[in-house]
Amino acid sequence: MAEVLVYVDHVDGAVRKPTLELLTLARRIGEPVAVHLGANAEDAAKILGEHGAVKVLAADAPEFAEYLVAPKVDALQAAYDAVSPAAVLLPSSAEGKEIAARLALRIGSGIITDAVDVEAGDEGPVATQSVFAASYTTKSRITKGTPVITVKPNSAAPEAAPAAGTVEQLAVTVADSSKGTKIVSRTPRESTGRPDLTEAAIVVSGGRGVNGAENFPVIEALADSLGAAVGASRAAVDAGWYPHTNQVGQTGKSVSPQLYIAAGISGAIQHRAGMQTSKTIVAINKDEEAPIFELVDYGVVGDLFDVVPALTDEVKTRKG
Amino acid sequence: MSLRIVVCVKYVPDATGDRHFAEDLTVDRDDVDGLLSELDEYAVEQALQIKEAADDAEITVLTVGPEDANDALRKALSMGADKAVHVEDDDLHGTDALGTSLVLAKAIEKTGYDLVVCGMASTDGTMGVLPALLAERLNVPQVTQLSEVSVDGGKVTGRRDGDTATEQLEAALPAVVSVTDQSGEARYPSFKGIMAAKKKPVESLDLEDLEIEADEVGLEGAWTKVDGAAERPARTAGTIVKDEGEGGKQLAEFLAGQKFI
Ligand SMILES: Cc1cc2nc3c(=O)[nH]c(=O)nc-3n(C[C@H](O)[C@H](O)[C@H](O)COP(=O)(O)OP(=O)(O)OC[C@H]3O[C@@H](n4cnc5c(N)ncnc54)[C@H](O)[C@@H]3O)c2cc1C
Ligand SMILES: Cc1cc2nc3c(=O)[nH]c(=O)nc-3n(C[C@H](O)[C@H](O)[C@H](O)COP(=O)(O)OP(=O)(O)OC[C@H]3O[C@@H](n4cnc5c(N)ncnc54)[C@H](O)[C@@H]3O)c2cc1C
Repeated sequence: MAEVLVYVDHVDGAVRKPTLELLTLARRIGEPVAVHLGANAEDAAKILGEHGAVKVLAADAPEFAEYLVAPKVDALQAAYDAVSPAAVLLPSSAEGKEIAARLALRIGSGIITDAVDVEAGDEGPVATQSVFAASYTTKSRITKGTPVITVKPNSAAPEAAPAAGTVEQLAVTVADSSKGTKIVSRTPRESTGRPDLTEAAIVVSGGRGVNGAENFPVIEALADSLGAAVGASRAAVDAGWYPHTNQVGQTGKSVSPQLYIAAGISGAIQHRAGMQTSKTIVAINKDEEAPIFELVDYGVVGDLFDVVPALTDEVKTRKG
Repeated sequence: MSLRIVVCVKYVPDATGDRHFAEDLTVDRDDVDGLLSELDEYAVEQALQIKEAADDAEITVLTVGPEDANDALRKALSMGADKAVHVEDDDLHGTDALGTSLVLAKAIEKTGYDLVVCGMASTDGTMGVLPALLAERLNVPQVTQLSEVSVDGGKVTGRRDGDTATEQLEAALPAVVSVTDQSGEARYPSFKGIMAAKKKPVESLDLEDLEIEADEVGLEGAWTKVDGAAERPARTAGTIVKDEGEGGKQLAEFLAGQKFI
């Protein structure tokens, strides 16, 4: 069977969930070969193997952390040359898309970004995209070269599929021309202890209606009662009430959880762009005309400062 | 020596309008107004600030798009850019990301540059790949997704807020940068700016001027093909209740019914 390269997104060998989703999708079109760049490939290999990776191509070089993007493209290209895959899948993060684009150009292939599904087709993999703020669903494919596709988080449920997951070292030469952009310093983001926004099954977001940073604990308390991640609208972020890393929408994170709860958010098109594919949508807003209500499975017209705490108490009671 | 800045700006259908696909599955540009992609206003703004901080700099705005894309250039010129380049050719209809990057790269080389500034993503295709593709094609550093940027002494520095970390980046010019909407509000064109824009030069280029063959771009030359586009079915109307003291409880009931609690 044809091999499919899967780019591993990880933090020091801790594989992030979107990669396991990629492995699941990759198995529909071939045999997944994972590409792990950086430290602790052996740790990663275990979980990659459990999810279907027949092989893990591993490379560690200081250049991956010292320079932006391009050295990783050199490495992925080396993996491509070693394997001659039927397709290359990467996560749709900002970096994943940039690596994908440069690789596609180098190998003379087309690129599709932000796929929400990938299936095998007669003429190669078919990608589903959700476009124009999720108002259209398109099916596309790549007609030249080896398909390079980036996939949004939460596009598939990771499935266990035991495979060898044997680690093989990949020889990588980082070109001088790939050392153009120096990473002078890096400050890792502090963990909040809450689930990652893009990976969470439930997201609770607050908007301008939260009316101040001092009120965001109302949103956080509901999130914690549900084991959810916390999101925010751009209005709340721009006002400085919550960090930009938690922004949901076109220029923030795009989320697609099982349940999305929007409190004090009007539902502007740019916000919808980041959450409209959520499975179940709930809104709390005191304006019954708010556009967000057009999307909801369940909406409460009311003051979030009454509704959210009451809901939090009720969740806690029911969970015991 | 003057610092030559090229800002890439895209003309896009208004995201707040009702966007559709045409029969050939390209974006239908006739049934909704077009405008300068709002995220490219941030690119123009940062270019203007870089120019203001430099001794001597000149800003060229560049677009690849149909005749109406001229509007996007005028907007950027009225914000304060010095001149514009418009690549327009019937054979460009349906060009995908790789094709667009080819055309932009050739036009940038023809114009001459020390710094290319892009938005973080367009508001229609939203791929966020053009800046990386341009860096690869031009063989210069990519300094992308910046929330802060400055140019000094032949170097560009900036801050990139990634998923797991914030990075401080540095590269020598020439380079390609892209800026996010966190980089600072874009200025409004002044009346004076709008009047001045009318007199600023707009150079028009076609594929022949850039030595690009028609079959390298357009629908025919594309590396990707859209096989189908379906409008998302309207969501079935949800239940909406008014909170009269029981709203939180009712919502909890709904969530329990859906097995979220
Ligand atoms: C290029 C571009 C990119 C953008 N990207 C994003 C993005 O990524 N994400 C994003 O969110 N936005 C984005 N925006 C901004 C977007 O257009 C809206 O301005 C923003 O989403 C509004 O946020 P909001 O709903 O919190 O605020 P508002 O629209 O002001 O809505 C606040 C809502 O809260 C309700 N409310 C007030 N008080 C209460 C209360 N006590 N109880 C209950 N309800 C209450 C009000 O009725 C109102 O509906 C972008 C805009 C542009 C131009
Ligand atoms: C809904 C939709 C989905 C698409 N999906 C794909 C796909 O999966 N694969 C594919 O190959 N093509 C795709 N396309 C086509 C692609 O969007 C265009 O080729 C486009 O010009 C390049 O990508 P982008 O608009 O997403 O730009 P981005 O990469 O998001 O743009 C980043 C920056 O590049 C600059 N820029 C982009 N385009 C231009 C331009 N024409 N003129 C000047 N500057 C520009 C701007 O500074 C912009 O801020 C899609 C188009 C649409 C409308």
